[in-house]
Amino acid sequence: MKRAGAVALNTFREAVRDRVLYNLVFFALVMMAAAIFVGQISIGIEELVIKSLGLSAISVIGLLIAVFIGVGLVYKEMDKRTLYALLAKPVRRWEFLLGKFGGLVLTLAVNTVAMAAGLFAALLYVKPHLERMDAVLLIAIYFILLKLMLVVALALLFSCFSTPLLAILYTSTFYVAGLFVEEMRTFQFAAANPAATWLMRGLSYLLPNFENFNVMAAAVHGREIPSALILQNTAYAALYCVIVLLIAAAVFSRRNLK
Amino acid sequence: MPSPAIEIENLTKDYPYGFLHLKKKRSLEGLTMQVEDGEVFGFLGPNGAGKSTTIKLLVGLIFPDAGTASILGKPITDIEMHRDIGYLPEQPYFYDYLTAAEVLDYFARFHDLTAADRNERVARMLKKVGLETARKIQLRKYSKGMLQRVGLAQAILHDPKVVILDEPMSGLDPIGRREVRDIILELKREGRTVLFSTHILSDAEMLCDRVGVIVGGKLRGVGAPGEIVGMKTEGMEILFELPANAATATNAAAILAKATKTGERYRMHVAEEELYAALEQLRGAGAKILSVAQVKASLEEYFMHLIEADRAQAAAIEVTGK
Repeated sequence: MKRAGAVALNTFREAVRDRVLYNLVFFALVMMAAAIFVGQISIGIEELVIKSLGLSAISVIGLLIAVFIGVGLVYKEMDKRTLYALLAKPVRRWEFLLGKFGGLVLTLAVNTVAMAAGLFAALLYVKPHLERMDAVLLIAIYFILLKLMLVVALALLFSCFSTPLLAILYTSTFYVAGLFVEEMRTFQFAAANPAATWLMRGLSYLLPNFENFNVMAAAVHGREIPSALILQNTAYAALYCVIVLLIAAAVFSRRNLK
Repeated sequence: MPSPAIEIENLTKDYPYGFLHLKKKRSLEGLTMQVEDGEVFGFLGPNGAGKSTTIKLLVGLIFPDAGTASILGKPITDIEMHRDIGYLPEQPYFYDYLTAAEVLDYFARFHDLTAADRNERVARMLKKVGLETARKIQLRKYSKGMLQRVGLAQAILHDPKVVILDEPMSGLDPIGRREVRDIILELKREGRTVLFSTHILSDAEMLCDRVGVIVGGKLRGVGAPGEIVGMKTEGMEILFELPANAATATNAAAILAKATKTGERYRMHVAEEELYAALEQLRGAGAKILSVAQVKASLEEYFMHLIEADRAQAAAIEVTGK
């Protein structure tokens, strides 16, 4: 684990030095603009608009980082041959993968926390003090982070055997399909084709269910989120990540580095 | 008798290619050889001969289709084997957002060293490879030669017993090459085993106890550098100057017809048995003899000779159908 930790810290350092965290400046500008201008055009619902805009920005920016950096995590190291000297050290390939995954998740966590702080700062600009129901935002942000972890795991898997462009395509397809898992389960094809219904249902259980992590409406309106859902989403994300990382390790462990 | 440091048995590697990777090209065929403990072993061969493939197989970057290998008695599939080896990849490239000190510290972390030990080793290695003053510069600003030095430093950072270097002189200026040679000799003095690949004969002759020659994925010979690539002498070369007054001598025209002029000097190739007669002739013409040296086939010629032999054999097999 110490070795995976070393890879993770280096991945985080790479992201910082490649100015990935500069996106925070963009986020800060969006939140400041929202806080200042939204109040003037949307009387009485400034808070709702800022919460929606803030959560959406956290999710979209996080997704962009997770996909675009995630797909290069392994490929870039193979392409630039930085991996050669590393794998000659006493480090197992799965430790390297785990480190790369951990490094990007750490980057996203730091990024998300900073953006969350920005969101609360913008809220404080439009109302005198925070309320208890605003804490629900934290759960929504936590779910976004879980979702990003899943996306990173998928991007890392595809990064092990395809080019970044294809890996972006695969990861995006999985993400979009994962938003319609519930529909796939309940959708009934024409009675003449029960096989298609079963296929859809089977696929819906294989694909990551990203819809589970979307609690934006509840968070924006300050509705309670059941603790069972928090536990369920945490366990689901952890299990799914473990399975995807195991597949990635199996693929990568036999990969020839030419 | 001590066991060999590196033992390779029938190592074979095919690379798939073509649509769906259905075709295979053999890159290494049944390689069997040993590198003794404490020796400097040079792996010689032209580009594409299978040198890097062998080295990558040894350090676990690629996997063999057949055969086995072990380093210091541990199979190459054993992760523990990696504690005892140092590896310099060909034309190394490292994280360009890190400084030399940071990249070495990063690699040192995989060897379970304490922070104090890491700092001490990193400083020592940077000094050894002459990068002390550039330690805080990001690698993106390094030249090819400087990256090669960083590569060498990371390879020997943890005091490995076996050091494997893939084309360590590549991209270095004469001073850099000499420094690398000195480091290899120092590693030998310290009792470490060094395996390095090269296609430069002079490096091999200067540094190696033994060399192995690989061409077309097959090992063509192992032995002392002189035995393997020295081959037979192809004649003698006489370097001489001919003063202006001597050029009018009666036999000068005959001599000059056989010689090649470079600047003020002349070179003349003669058969070994004709050497003394040629020297007499030159003396008679008033020439000043500067040097006499044996002419040996170059490594390129030796490789070409092996490649031609391979082609001839392949053609013979095709004709006979065997």
